[in-house]
Amino acid sequence: MTPLGTISRLVEKDLTLEWRGREILTAMVVFSMLVAVVFNFAFSPSAEDAGRLLPGMLWVTLAFASTLGLSRSFVLEHDHGAIEALRLFPFDPSLIYVGKLLANLLYLLVVEALLLPALAVIAGVSLRSSAGPLALILVLGSIGLVAVGTLFSAMSVNTRIREVLLPVLMFPLAAPVLISGVRAMLGILAGGSLSSVLPGLRILGAFDVIFVVAGYVIFEFVLEE
Amino acid sequence: MRAIEVAELTKAFGPIQALRGITLGVDAGSALVIFGPNGAGKTTLLKTIATLIRPTSGSVRLFGVDPRADLRLRAQIGVVSHQSYLYPGLTGEENLLFAARLYGIPRPAERVARLLETVGLTGRAQDLVRTYSRGMTQRLSIARSLVHDPPLLLLDEPYTGLDRQAAGVLTALLDAMRGTRTIVLTTHSIEQGLALCDRMAILVDGLIVYEAADGLRDLRAVERIYAECVGVPA
Amino acid sequence: MTTYADTESLEIPRVPDWRAGLIWIGGALAVFGTYLAVLYAPTERTMGHAQRIFYVHVPAAWVGFLAFGVVFVCSVGFLATRRRSYDVAAHASTEVGVVFTTLAIISGSVWGRAAWGTWWTWDPRLTTTFMLWFIYAVSLMVRAYGGTGSQSGRFAAVLGIVGFLDIPLIHLSVVWWRSMHPLPVVARPEGFGSGLHPAMLQALLVNVAAFTLLYVALFGIRRGQLAAADGLASRRETQRIREATLAREGSR
Repeated sequence: MTPLGTISRLVEKDLTLEWRGREILTAMVVFSMLVAVVFNFAFSPSAEDAGRLLPGMLWVTLAFASTLGLSRSFVLEHDHGAIEALRLFPFDPSLIYVGKLLANLLYLLVVEALLLPALAVIAGVSLRSSAGPLALILVLGSIGLVAVGTLFSAMSVNTRIREVLLPVLMFPLAAPVLISGVRAMLGILAGGSLSSVLPGLRILGAFDVIFVVAGYVIFEFVLEE
Repeated sequence: MRAIEVAELTKAFGPIQALRGITLGVDAGSALVIFGPNGAGKTTLLKTIATLIRPTSGSVRLFGVDPRADLRLRAQIGVVSHQSYLYPGLTGEENLLFAARLYGIPRPAERVARLLETVGLTGRAQDLVRTYSRGMTQRLSIARSLVHDPPLLLLDEPYTGLDRQAAGVLTALLDAMRGTRTIVLTTHSIEQGLALCDRMAILVDGLIVYEAADGLRDLRAVERIYAECVGVPA
Repeated sequence: MTTYADTESLEIPRVPDWRAGLIWIGGALAVFGTYLAVLYAPTERTMGHAQRIFYVHVPAAWVGFLAFGVVFVCSVGFLATRRRSYDVAAHASTEVGVVFTTLAIISGSVWGRAAWGTWWTWDPRLTTTFMLWFIYAVSLMVRAYGGTGSQSGRFAAVLGIVGFLDIPLIHLSVVWWRSMHPLPVVARPEGFGSGLHPAMLQALLVNVAAFTLLYVALFGIRRGQLAAADGLASRRETQRIREATLAREGSR
């Protein structure tokens, strides 16, 4: 079977499992909404503040929500030895990484599609004019979060403190994504064009490339015994 | 060319020496059973042969080839572990189809249907594995290990927790394979192990302390030898 | 392939050995460097004597990053060859590196308080050093809690590699972020105006050399300790197996 075929079978398996229970998506969506509401209680932003605070609230919420989905996605492989079974197939174990990454990316994008409009409504900010650039920043940032998160979730699922270890591992390393993502969105919401936030887009893009490649290469060392 | 050739195999997990120099050969089509107390290294040995564990030193060759050098050799290996290797959220049929497709089996649906019949799970094939009993899960795991028709089958304590029906299915399956597939089995039950094998080995503390190809029909004798090797006072 | 038993012997090295020698030299150099920093280097124009913390802060930060570079190289070596000595070296460098990085952050914070009145400035270099500290801390957590004995070494190596690749990106993103709130020109480590007075540079270099020697010495000492602990664990295991075998044979 071709690598692409293998990856699509792996993603199909994850999506089938998720569709049956919808545990991951439900947890991520509900959690994100709750955090968004709590942020609004905490900051009670005025109309002008809201635009300034929205990117920060969005990315912090996504950072935490993503750890929920990422850790669950490897727990289901760990519990009945399914990951060992996957390692017995005659394909490169790094394809498992790609498959998980794509599935986790999809869950995160679904959450974002719901969260961003919801935050905009709650905060009273209009996003219609900047929807395209914002979406680009979100996608670039999400790829980065998931690239790092998939690698670390495969590691942390083996430990005693898996729920705690994953965010602790991810957040320092995903800092460039959070910092650049927020800063880029602030620039766009302040009326800037995409070219005005080009440095941030470059950082996000470089991060994505470096960490997807690094994850692909390193993944088999995480899996082996 | 032997099916399995293990030479001076060692494996250390940190300071723990799990395997301390195993040398062992298994001819194609023969059945080897490995006895040993808990912690002896049976699972480690099996998983190292299966390419799941990287040796610290020494070599493993399957059909003359180093399986870690050529990924495709994995298609020759089937494993039944004490973990089910199944997704509880998928049906029995879906679990098998998933494996069949990833092994690149042509006409996977047919193969899966035949396997389900062999293990007697055709009736429950559309139910989620979550609803299966332990015996049914084990039968499906066995079916899964055979989905790609591997010439080498490795089973790690497959009889643990099985009810009589499932144990019977397993014994019948393994019996039917003798001569055509190479089987390596670890078990606590000396009686069941001896019934199936051509050769036996006893593994204690990471070393093989006893090997034999005859005298395997005398259960009492083997039990005595085992007790001696393991150090249980007579 | 090296096993635990192949790491350094359990014999206690006879003093003096090269590590002790380096401590003496490094210590002497540090004393000399302190003299240069406090009495020899000219007083900085705008910040006054508070700026002298710079002669501790910069070398400490330099060593923190150097140590992490060593962690990166040893991590790559460990994953590539699986030799225990690389893991032990990475572990030792992580522990020593986190100490120097902590010193760098504290000195940076104190300096900020003394010079500009705030305990923290989001200066890009200081912020990146702070993020490095977090990566170190997480690395130690992974070694403490990360799975079984052999797994934690591998996971720490993965983190060492990924973290090292990340540091430049962290720095770039912080620089870009801070470009929104540029710090006053005064608040640059070199002080008002660019460039360092030659005497300042000399004092700085002496202190950098001192700190580097101390790092190498501490790294060597810690590595020896960890390797000895490995060797001890390995001998205990061998002993356990010997006793179990004797017990079995005894009961026949």
